[in-house]
Amino acid sequence: MNIKKLIKEASAEWSDLLNGPVPAFLVGNATCGRSAGAGDIIEKLKTEISSGEHKCRVLEVGCIGMCFLEPIVSVYRPGYPLIVYGKVEEKDVVKMIEAFLNKGEIITENIIGVVGPNEQINLPDLFSIPIMKPQKRLVLNNCGIIDPTNLNHYIANKGYTGLQEALQRSSQDVIERLKESGLRGRGGAGFPTWRKWQFCKDQDNDTKYLICNADEGDPGAFMNRSLLEGDPHSLIEGMVIAGYAIGASMGYIYCRAEYPLALERLRLAISQAEEKNLLGNDIMGSGINFKLKVKEGAGAFVCGEETALIASIEGERGMPRPRPPFPAISGLWKNPTIINNVESLVSVARILQNEPGWFSKYGTKESKGTKTFALVGKVKNTGLIEVPMGTTLREIIYDIGGGVDDGKQLKAVQTGGPSGGCVPASMIDIPVDYESLAEAGTIMGSGGLVVMDEDNCMVDVAKFFIDFAHKESCGECAPCRLGTKQMLAILEDIVAGKGTMEDLDLLEDLGKGIMKGSLCGLGQTAPNPVLTTLRYFGDEYIEHIQNKRCPAKVCRDLKYYEILEDKCTGCHICFKACPVAAISGNPKDLHKIDQELCIKCGMCLDKCPVKFSAIEVYPGNKVMED
Amino acid sequence: MDNNLVDVFSLFDGKEEELIPILQKVQNTVGFLSNDSMEEIARFAHVPKSKVYGVATFYAQFRFTPKGEKHIMLCRGTACHVKGAPRIQEEIENHLGIKEGETSKDLKHSMENVACIGACSLAPCIMVNETVEANLTPQKVEKLFLSKGKNK
Repeated sequence: MNIKKLIKEASAEWSDLLNGPVPAFLVGNATCGRSAGAGDIIEKLKTEISSGEHKCRVLEVGCIGMCFLEPIVSVYRPGYPLIVYGKVEEKDVVKMIEAFLNKGEIITENIIGVVGPNEQINLPDLFSIPIMKPQKRLVLNNCGIIDPTNLNHYIANKGYTGLQEALQRSSQDVIERLKESGLRGRGGAGFPTWRKWQFCKDQDNDTKYLICNADEGDPGAFMNRSLLEGDPHSLIEGMVIAGYAIGASMGYIYCRAEYPLALERLRLAISQAEEKNLLGNDIMGSGINFKLKVKEGAGAFVCGEETALIASIEGERGMPRPRPPFPAISGLWKNPTIINNVESLVSVARILQNEPGWFSKYGTKESKGTKTFALVGKVKNTGLIEVPMGTTLREIIYDIGGGVDDGKQLKAVQTGGPSGGCVPASMIDIPVDYESLAEAGTIMGSGGLVVMDEDNCMVDVAKFFIDFAHKESCGECAPCRLGTKQMLAILEDIVAGKGTMEDLDLLEDLGKGIMKGSLCGLGQTAPNPVLTTLRYFGDEYIEHIQNKRCPAKVCRDLKYYEILEDKCTGCHICFKACPVAAISGNPKDLHKIDQELCIKCGMCLDKCPVKFSAIEVYPGNKVMED
Repeated sequence: MDNNLVDVFSLFDGKEEELIPILQKVQNTVGFLSNDSMEEIARFAHVPKSKVYGVATFYAQFRFTPKGEKHIMLCRGTACHVKGAPRIQEEIENHLGIKEGETSKDLKHSMENVACIGACSLAPCIMVNETVEANLTPQKVEKLFLSKGKNK
């Protein structure tokens, strides 16, 4: 198939969409958009349009990243820039059709920004608004802009030109391009991608495999999901290029079963690419063969580890294997195998789609390019972001994220999921790159960035992560299997007010031992959240142990509820809500909580009408004190 | 043999490496993995029964009891946790009278924890069958699961 012909067709379709005579609605319909009600908006649009006199198109696109503003709808009308609206409701859609499409009156309410020339109407450019300005979208550039189910949209936006470029060069040349770009693995550890590829390419073996790790297991991360849902062809292109470079003719995408939409879009994209000979045998007439299969993960965090993932594809329990030999030498069915993360492979496609030097001009000396993050937790603007390496945490949280929710105090930022650590608020001026984060005791990880405020208890957070690691430990090696269990038990004691000061040393010793003695990355990093919280939030642990207080009022045994005498009107609502009958008092009389009976579920606080706000929670334990 | 299994097996070659996809397909079709179906799978894939059981119990996705009509997946991701997921779980458990990992006797509801459903920016959230319910509060949970709620 002639790529030039494909590009010509695709560009015509794309330009007709953006410059043609027919207006169009683009609705963000990835998982986040759907959860916020995008499905209803699409339905409404379709009924309105079919009953109205206007000819109009409705397209479903991926996630543009501003999840807190979902559902997001963009409107195109000939002669106007693309106008992007947030928090759109069904009634707004009717207004847009009536006012804008029929009369050309722009509704200014809920506009996020516009894309394209807009001198005459003077609205903010989407990419200059505070949330977008510090971002640089090299990887996510298509997400939310193109229809992920339309191959032509991808091709019209440089799609598959990277593959064409690669196939015109030797495979060694492709690896050299990667080396020049400075790309390091985006799955967490940051190993230079080209070096890994070179190991595999140099193996003298007829059968080699490429695996894409899309088993995004880190709780609090969804970068890969958004990419797969919003721009699946980028991954396919990156994989064909990688397969060509290392000499593999078979690739697997190992994707979580919890991502039904991502799987659906991926499978569709594969069949489209095969149909146009961008995948399969004799790709674009080059004589190169590369086939792709999707494997659904079955829910095991440890399968994010290379050798466990390989075992899982082979149909085994996902248990890691000792390294060496490294998978690049002996991996899937003992053949040389390269495992790359989704973002790494999409970056590969972009690097080849652009001129040399394009990728490496972003970032820092050691960490080139950009990194995507799932910015979540107690931050105003939650969503998917992409920033140049070296951007500080402060810029991410305050400039892009808009600061902490509800005017609360920032306490910590967690990066790297269960393998990472918590960076305290005092250190948020550190730049985000592999080395700086490591120095702070955490890791880059795949891109989860969870913001925590004064209402989060760091001991509870540490316990949450160790509980996770303990449950997900495959049980193969003793340090991880037994060590995480032991750390969890100690933390459970501390949050129950039964901890001792010696426990803190024990936690540290255990943590270091587990890191040294474990077989795979899961155990080697599992103690990180505990060790970093001990390092930066030691006072909070001591408060739990010595004063039996949870300052953030999270740990159940170290807080108590009281009814405020001057505010209680005796409305009796809390009395009825209490599941253990710990509240006494007759209607219209002052109510009281029996501390011995109270299980601290917080039901009374939730149910107490806001106009009274007569229930307060305090750190400490009344029963233990007495 | 159950007709469902015959249909599922017709999609595969019966190779050992297909074990996980076979288990997934059987679970999707039948709803859960019974002892009988695992024995049939062992025969079909030419592996010992112990291997089928070993693999199935390793992965969180596989279940050995039937699913409820409404299957609730509680996200236990970090973003959900810091935004109050434990409280949401408690509230749902109170409403439905079942605990995480259980199925109600009338087979209407079942509930399990999952690692992360990837809707972190809308935390805390749960997934009921294939629908994500986002930005939950105890009040919202009440609405969802009370007698007239859509998930009752």
